Amino acid sequence: MLKRPAFFLDAQICTGCKTCMIACKDKNNLPMGVRWRRVVEFAGGDWVRLEDGTFSQNVFAYYISVSCNHCRDPICVQACPSTAMYQDGHGIVTVDPQKCLGCRYCEWACPYSAPQFDQALGQMTKCDFCREELEQGGLPTCVAACPTRALQFGEYDQLEQAVRHGFGLLMAPLPPPVLTEPNFILAPHRDAKSEQTRTGAICNPEEVKDA
Amino acid sequence: MNAAQVFDKVVWSTCNVNCGSRCPLRLFVKEGKVVRVEPDNTGEEPGGPHEIRACLRGRGLRRWVYSKERLLHPLKRVGKRGEGHFERISWNRALDTIAAQLSRILEQYGNEAVFRIYGTGNLGGVVSSRDQLDRLMNLLGGRLDLHNSYSTAQITHAMLYTYGAKQTGNNISDLVNSKLAVLFGNNPAETRMSGGGTIRDLVVAKQKNGLRIIVIDPRHTDTAAGFADEWIPIRPGADAALVGGLAHVLITEGLVDQDFLNSHCLGYDQGTMPADIPPGNSYKDYILGDGPDRISKTPAWAAGITGIPARRITQLAREIGTAKPAYISQGWGPQRHAAGEQSARAICMLPILTGNLGVPGGNSGDREGPFGIAFPGIPVGENPVKTSIPCFMWTKAIDDPDNLTALNSGLLGKERLETPIKFIWSFASNTLINQHSDINRTKDILSDEKKCEMIVAIDNMMTASGRFADILLPATSSFEESDLCYQSYGMELGALILRQKAIEPLGECRTLFDICAQVAERMGVAEEFTEGRSNDQWVEHMYHQCRRVKPELPEDYRDAVKTGLFKWARPGEPYVGLRKFRDDPVRHPLKTPSGKIEIFSPRLWHMAQTWELPAGDVITALPEYHSTWGDPDVSQATPYPLQCVGHHYKQRTHSSYANNPWLEEAAPQMVWINPLDARQRGISHGDRVRIFNQFGHTLVRAKVTPRIMPGVLSLPQGAWHHAGPDGVDQNGCINVLTSQRPSPVAKGNPQHTNLVQAEKAGEEQ
Repeated sequence: MLKRPAFFLDAQICTGCKTCMIACKDKNNLPMGVRWRRVVEFAGGDWVRLEDGTFSQNVFAYYISVSCNHCRDPICVQACPSTAMYQDGHGIVTVDPQKCLGCRYCEWACPYSAPQFDQALGQMTKCDFCREELEQGGLPTCVAACPTRALQFGEYDQLEQAVRHGFGLLMAPLPPPVLTEPNFILAPHRDAKSEQTRTGAICNPEEVKDA
Repeated sequence: MNAAQVFDKVVWSTCNVNCGSRCPLRLFVKEGKVVRVEPDNTGEEPGGPHEIRACLRGRGLRRWVYSKERLLHPLKRVGKRGEGHFERISWNRALDTIAAQLSRILEQYGNEAVFRIYGTGNLGGVVSSRDQLDRLMNLLGGRLDLHNSYSTAQITHAMLYTYGAKQTGNNISDLVNSKLAVLFGNNPAETRMSGGGTIRDLVVAKQKNGLRIIVIDPRHTDTAAGFADEWIPIRPGADAALVGGLAHVLITEGLVDQDFLNSHCLGYDQGTMPADIPPGNSYKDYILGDGPDRISKTPAWAAGITGIPARRITQLAREIGTAKPAYISQGWGPQRHAAGEQSARAICMLPILTGNLGVPGGNSGDREGPFGIAFPGIPVGENPVKTSIPCFMWTKAIDDPDNLTALNSGLLGKERLETPIKFIWSFASNTLINQHSDINRTKDILSDEKKCEMIVAIDNMMTASGRFADILLPATSSFEESDLCYQSYGMELGALILRQKAIEPLGECRTLFDICAQVAERMGVAEEFTEGRSNDQWVEHMYHQCRRVKPELPEDYRDAVKTGLFKWARPGEPYVGLRKFRDDPVRHPLKTPSGKIEIFSPRLWHMAQTWELPAGDVITALPEYHSTWGDPDVSQATPYPLQCVGHHYKQRTHSSYANNPWLEEAAPQMVWINPLDARQRGISHGDRVRIFNQFGHTLVRAKVTPRIMPGVLSLPQGAWHHAGPDGVDQNGCINVLTSQRPSPVAKGNPQHTNLVQAEKAGEEQ
């Protein structure tokens, strides 16, 4: 078992296929509206119609697959009034169904929308990094699913060293990592915008927000 | 919740839709139910075969197989055809009815009246294949045959006229040897998105080589987002015009490979023209304005048609002309147009002019070539009927058979169709309504029960097409039947997957083989059809046929089943199409009449003079650009000013799995519209909009995005047609907007050529 498991996404080769999302739904039997893993489409650019009727443009787009980032400083744990949300020795953040009141404070606090409310249960549910798979030496289901091998996982320290810019260069529309210190490392897309960018917007709100 | 989960068994299975891949799956079964679907986990080593990781569509299968829309019992139509009212009947009654109607129609009209309609909803299974219906009909004297496909009609004809072969592409992994890739309408990130197929090979090649990739497409595709160094948006249907402008620069700036053109090609210039053709008809004449139209195909000329600035066209030509080697390829989008044969042939001109084909790192302009192992299919026998229609022409064969001829509709085997279609077998097909053009017209044709007299559909779900069946039979899904599957055409490795029956058939579902065998029994050919084997005995029998191809496979089928998945890496270097011809065109001529690349096609020259075409359609000996009925008329106010294409969407494969709610949640049906067009119409992201033209109307939500060119909409094809009480489609099904007018040469489906208008619609009441 890794000391501090982290997700790694090579955003350059993530094509937004959403296989990770469906693999997670299948493994965890998630109902409609509950998405432990989501894929954000961030796009922008302008079109100009030139005098001769042709166009010039500077369009860009990229995808970021995000689940719970099992943050080092998990704001959801702080926000939870019933101590249901807790972090284990490996940094994996889990919700205890014996204690969860379904107040949704964690959902409001989390900048990644990781805790997801299950209407039928009246409780929060979330990614647990496929802990029992990791304990048995396996892969998280989403990682094993990735057709382009863009989504991976590993020891945080090793992943951070492997990525040239480290996690300081997070991409819009993700929030600044200083907020929660996510265990999520990105190799940025060539068109990656900084998190303060005014260029571009989330282009698929209906796919990532709660129904 | 999973650690405690105990599975009774895990079996190998497959995803069997028409995406070009064939992904193995592992089904976790508990108490007779599949509770989890997992991918190939057999690992991967450098140089060995890689994991064939299923995409979201295969991974969502559990939610689809157990759908409420599953057909569970045989149904018989009550009320008028197409109204969608059915009553449950017994298998015996259903099979007796089919046999009686089939016998009557064979006797009354003959075998040419029976048609097995195109359909690919269950593809890649060997024993579960639609081939079973062809085998059955061949034993009964045959059926009206079909040629072409809805995927590739125009490009296949284009390649045959140009190169004398259907497939001439290098493997995509050959990009490791390229300096530049130019992909015309080629989008493996969405069309071939399996982790065992083209997209994975593209990733690996790009990572190894870091070559420059340019995507030319009206839409900023996921391939463009993920891999393109540059996206060049182009007006749909204008590819041949862009090539004209590029060719002009290549020729005038001396960037053509004149030696190659002299030795390998027919019709580039006067020196390589066939002797009996008047002067002024060479490709060079056409491009430089010395041909019959006297128009010089300058970048400025191409700019006005393509929407690409002339300067960019000039730069692109110089890039293509100086990158050695360059991999120029096309997907199947550019060809699925009103003049798609021209676009497909024209794109091939870029590697031909620059000598970039038949070499490592180059490509012929065709789609990337596959690698696979030639495992056998079931023996279908020979069809005694030699008459064949283009698969897109079946509505005409029902509605207007007397005017379906060789010279106006591409009929093969006869000058004129003598018998209308009276009986349709529809297996795992949504072509009857959903995937054929002009749904409202098709509905009118099929509603007349005097025309086509009997429609038998065999499927897993109640589809829009199923609603037009007279008898509707429930088929087993891949979870419910054993079979064997091979690698598919969008992959570069060999594979054999031994799919095991994971659960008992739902309801009264039966396998296609059993259904055909039971019809065969009633028609008196049971023994010939089954050869004394059951469904599962056929599976085992076919496994042993595979052992003839790969003798290293286990001798005992039961041992093989335990392994379940066998893979073979592509040996050696990536395949290079046309290499022998390139190296020695005299010893290895092409299968064209001249043995050369036919830039000028004498066959098409002859067809242009003999074939009967509607006004506005042209057939030309050269790959020329011509405006079509699908181009917006900018000279005047027009009711349908927008072009509308229908891209392949990750939510489904064609219309397969479209009703899976997990996939709908991940990738909802929306029409792509540029902010400039949306603003003009007061449309905001997420608004319900009405897309319409003279053929029909559809309602769908808008995705307002700069990732589509102004003046162009993209409505992802394959959404299930759901007509409201007013007949208006409620679900964004593009085929209420598409035309049944076929392309000139192939008589193929021009389903990306559409003129429409869009307006904001009210919310649902």
